[in-house]
Amino acid sequence: MTSPAPAAPGLKPFAAMLRREFAGYFRTPLAYVFLAVFNAFAVSLAFFVGGLYESGVASLDRFFLYHPWLWAFLAPAAGARLWAEERRQGTLELLLTWPITVWQAALGKFLAAWLFLACALLMTLPVAFTVGWLGDPDWGVILSGYAGSLLCAGACLGVAAVASALTRSQVIAFVTGFLACFLLVLVGYGVFDELLAGLLGQKGLVIGWRQFAFRVTVDDFRQIGLWRNLEPFTLGLVDARPVAYFLSVAFAGLGLSTIIVERR
Amino acid sequence: MPLIEAQNLSKSYGALRAVRDVSFSVDRGEVVGFLGPNGAGKSTTMKMLTGHLRADAGAARIAGFDVADDAVRAKQHLGYSPEGAPAYGEMTVREFLRFAADLRGLAEPGESVRRTLALCRLEEVAAQGIDTLSKGYRMRVGFAQAVLHDPEVLILDEPTDGLDPNQKHEVRRILKDMAARKAVIVSTHILEEVGELCTRVIVIAKGEVRCDESRDQFLARGADLNAVFRQLTA
Repeated sequence: MTSPAPAAPGLKPFAAMLRREFAGYFRTPLAYVFLAVFNAFAVSLAFFVGGLYESGVASLDRFFLYHPWLWAFLAPAAGARLWAEERRQGTLELLLTWPITVWQAALGKFLAAWLFLACALLMTLPVAFTVGWLGDPDWGVILSGYAGSLLCAGACLGVAAVASALTRSQVIAFVTGFLACFLLVLVGYGVFDELLAGLLGQKGLVIGWRQFAFRVTVDDFRQIGLWRNLEPFTLGLVDARPVAYFLSVAFAGLGLSTIIVERR
Repeated sequence: MPLIEAQNLSKSYGALRAVRDVSFSVDRGEVVGFLGPNGAGKSTTMKMLTGHLRADAGAARIAGFDVADDAVRAKQHLGYSPEGAPAYGEMTVREFLRFAADLRGLAEPGESVRRTLALCRLEEVAAQGIDTLSKGYRMRVGFAQAVLHDPEVLILDEPTDGLDPNQKHEVRRILKDMAARKAVIVSTHILEEVGELCTRVIVIAKGEVRCDESRDQFLARGADLNAVFRQLTA
């Protein structure tokens, strides 16, 4: 006779995963360094480079302007450990033989990292309060700016998750993740326009065959720039397109990283 | 119904055929010593049994559940300690076991952790970070997470590797105490362990099962077990 099967665990494994991963960030001093660096850069870029104070405008668009750069650097820093650390420690073998699906584990890890980035973002709230104290900002616009920045962080984290799933070295995961995010920042700025126009031709490049063919133009590449998608949020415009863009990158990254881990 | 079933398992890494058509089953009360030289395919077979590696061909079942098709239910009945007993080094022993208990969705996680700490004599290091522990304690932590939920099936990859004689004795004692209620596979290099711990022996070499017999049959092959081993794995 076999002993009774354990009760169906339901959401417990997922919650346990989320808790451990989130707490994991604060087990090392690195998390505090991360939070300090994010804050220092977010605030000083806005005030000293963006001229937030001198502008005399009670708005945070000059503060959010630099967020794609910050996330491109810091989301891969926070996301590098997601899978690379499990591989290095050998705990991936343990995790994958515990009764949790790879998808549950991946989602728990991803949301914990996103939550950690949200903490970093929340710590910049004094900037918003300062603007509120100095002037009379539109709080709705500030709120949508924060929402956009958080979505942008999720997209960068999606990229970072893929980089982390591919290697056992956190350093390699960070560098690859950073480079990929960096490209996503750059394409939005038009610095690549000439290079891309050269590669794609002035009219764009036709990809595909017969009725499945479509034309990729320089402008299409610009659409996937991080700032291009974040900008509307900083103006108070919450449009479905950038929301869909950020969420698709985030969840495509999550999905792809999960498949990579599953097919190891 | 056997608690562990390997059915024609095969696995290749590129051109290397690591495991070829391995079949066996293990019933409750059996402790199978899994012997073989390094690179014989022991760990690969264990990884396929635990669902960590996908088999190229064949099937593995734990407590009747297919590890590929019904993975979560199979894993609920399984306790596994991989080679080297990996663990989250930054956690304390108690935190790690609590995490494993929560992840397994155990009804009384606190009680399971307390019982397991006592069983594996880990109470005195429960609040210590796993990274700071000696190898002996780390191996015991790996063993502890495998028995935490009192599983019917235990698969242990070299659980006594690198332990001193006292620690080895301790792990064998705990295993013997629980063996009657479980199906156990223990991979080992240590041939004396066969006599002390196992009820059955499977020898694997070059990815194939070379011998599968009771302990007594195996011991009757000769007084010099090292010579027997060399002959079987040649």
